[in-house]
Amino acid sequence: MSSLILILITGVGLGALYFLVASGLSLIYGLMHVLNFAHGAFLTAGAYAAWVAIGHLTGLGGWAFPVAVLVGMAVGAAIGAGVEFCLIRPLYRRHIEQVLVTVGLGLMAVALFTGIWGADPQPFPGPEWTRQTTDIGGAAIPNDRFLLIAAAGLLLVGLIALLRYTRIGLIIRAGVENRTMVQALGIDVRRTFTLVFALGGAAAALGGVLGSVYLGSVSPGQGTALLIFAFIVVVIGGFGSIGGTAIAALLVGMVQQMTNFYVGSGIGDVSVVLLLAAVLLVRPAGLTGRTA
Amino acid sequence: MTDLAQALTDRAVKANRSPGPGRTGVRRLLPVVVPLAVLVLLVFLPWMRFPVPGVLPGVVNSPGSMQLLALCLVTGGIALSYDVLFGRTGLLSFGHALFVGAGAYSAAVALGKWGASLGTAVLVVLAFAVVLPIVVGAIALRVKGIAFAMVTLAFAQAVAITVARNPGGLTGGEEGLSLNRSALPSLLTGVVNAPYRYWLALGFLVFCVLVVLWLTTARTGHAWAAVRENEDRVEVLGLSAYRTKLTAVVVAGFLGTLGGFLQLIVIGGANPHLLSTELTLSLLIMVVLGGAGSRWGAVLGGVVYVLLDNRLQELSTSETIAGLPAVLRVPLSQPVFVLGLLFVLVVYFAPGGLTAIGGRVRRWFAGRHAAAPK
Repeated sequence: MSSLILILITGVGLGALYFLVASGLSLIYGLMHVLNFAHGAFLTAGAYAAWVAIGHLTGLGGWAFPVAVLVGMAVGAAIGAGVEFCLIRPLYRRHIEQVLVTVGLGLMAVALFTGIWGADPQPFPGPEWTRQTTDIGGAAIPNDRFLLIAAAGLLLVGLIALLRYTRIGLIIRAGVENRTMVQALGIDVRRTFTLVFALGGAAAALGGVLGSVYLGSVSPGQGTALLIFAFIVVVIGGFGSIGGTAIAALLVGMVQQMTNFYVGSGIGDVSVVLLLAAVLLVRPAGLTGRTA
Repeated sequence: MTDLAQALTDRAVKANRSPGPGRTGVRRLLPVVVPLAVLVLLVFLPWMRFPVPGVLPGVVNSPGSMQLLALCLVTGGIALSYDVLFGRTGLLSFGHALFVGAGAYSAAVALGKWGASLGTAVLVVLAFAVVLPIVVGAIALRVKGIAFAMVTLAFAQAVAITVARNPGGLTGGEEGLSLNRSALPSLLTGVVNAPYRYWLALGFLVFCVLVVLWLTTARTGHAWAAVRENEDRVEVLGLSAYRTKLTAVVVAGFLGTLGGFLQLIVIGGANPHLLSTELTLSLLIMVVLGGAGSRWGAVLGGVVYVLLDNRLQELSTSETIAGLPAVLRVPLSQPVFVLGLLFVLVVYFAPGGLTAIGGRVRRWFAGRHAAAPK
């Protein structure tokens, strides 16, 4: 029983990590039809930024970690906005070229991180309390899971509030639905593109930092490794739907953990990609049935 | 019908258009003569003894250079097989590595684990080369666009993860499998026999080029191009877009699987990289670098990519780099960074890739003589 609780909560935590990465991807695809291969780079950049910040902030004691998280998110947001403004925007509506540029950026970023910090994982000094455990129903759950779940929950609520109750959110939702129509109404959708990239970058960076706490280390390839699963989440959830992405992230995290534990390690990853194939073949537009 | 026919004719005319007025008979023969001349040159390379500084590690017929050139040619063929999907049919696949890896691993397992003869191994590879693309294509093509890319990615990842887990000790896990050289004729093994592997690689590339050239000038290729331009229109014309795309996947998969087998012979082993998404992405880079959908673009891109990758690797450990300030040294010591940067630059400033640059320059000159070209 206690191992089941541990697996369940770890699965939710993993799903939360996927959601942090996938939410930005999903919005970017929904709005701009760009499959952003550079998203893994945003994540890794945020993680390294936080890692560097922690190294310099030892004087702050317990505050070092929250400040480092903010630094990481700021770096992720800045890189996201910069990439959209300088590199994606000039290729307006040429989707294939936009995707190709992000592919190139993703590869360059991993190589650059390897060049600067080396290929080996660097130990990530998370705060003391994330390494302790909490007792739930007889199971000792490491606290980093709760950190992931709380962050993803906050992001989900924040994003839904943004999309539902603000004018910018209205434009984003309308843009996902029918971009041409929004433009015909005299609204400059492109202004929201930078915002969505910045938001996605910040969320991915948050995922990168918390993922590093979860893994205990930060490495150049960690973004790319997560990116494939984030893609799977986005596709299963249906592009551009935040709710769908959240459900899909939970589903993928759970399936992966459960199969890895009960069937055999590594099988979980295979079952997730097969789940993707199955969902796509049965419902090509994803679980939520929105057309991409 | 007339619309589509017109579009196709326009394309063909554009492809064969003379660069300027007054193209004479000799220049019309260039598209045939130049490739033949290059082929003859390539066939005779193993007898050439001069060094090519900056491109090859030693003199042309040294084993190291021959090995590198063989790898270039095989990669060129594999890139061409990917171009059948991406450049000619407009299908974005993230799972092409599945076929390459299948070719390498099936032969490595047959030769090394089952003790099969080379002939049996070739039969196994051929079986995979035919069956796997049909199965994967038939399933993945039920969805379109980005969903197709994702389903192919899913299949490739599933196989890659399984192979990395080393089921039953069959695939060698992360280490991969080394080629069982004793099963091969002695001509194909050993350092001094590098020229024979080079000729084999050249034969594979010529085969790929001929198959693709033949198919693209035939009805099949026209249907591929039509699907790339407008799938709905093809359906309206009464052609099956599904079947057209399936032939593209099968041809690409077949050549890719053979390429994987050749790769196994040239590099002497099968490793998980051959199944990885990175391999598919690097194929995409090669194709775009050279020029997607153009006659020689993919091959050129593949050759240039492998040469650059190899040379940059060499450069990254050289003393010139070590003496540079960190701002330059760190990026330059990472070949992938330079390749990625080059790729991004091509996407921005040279759409159509390296092969299109020549045409642009020619047209620019022609434009100075005659009226501005369209």
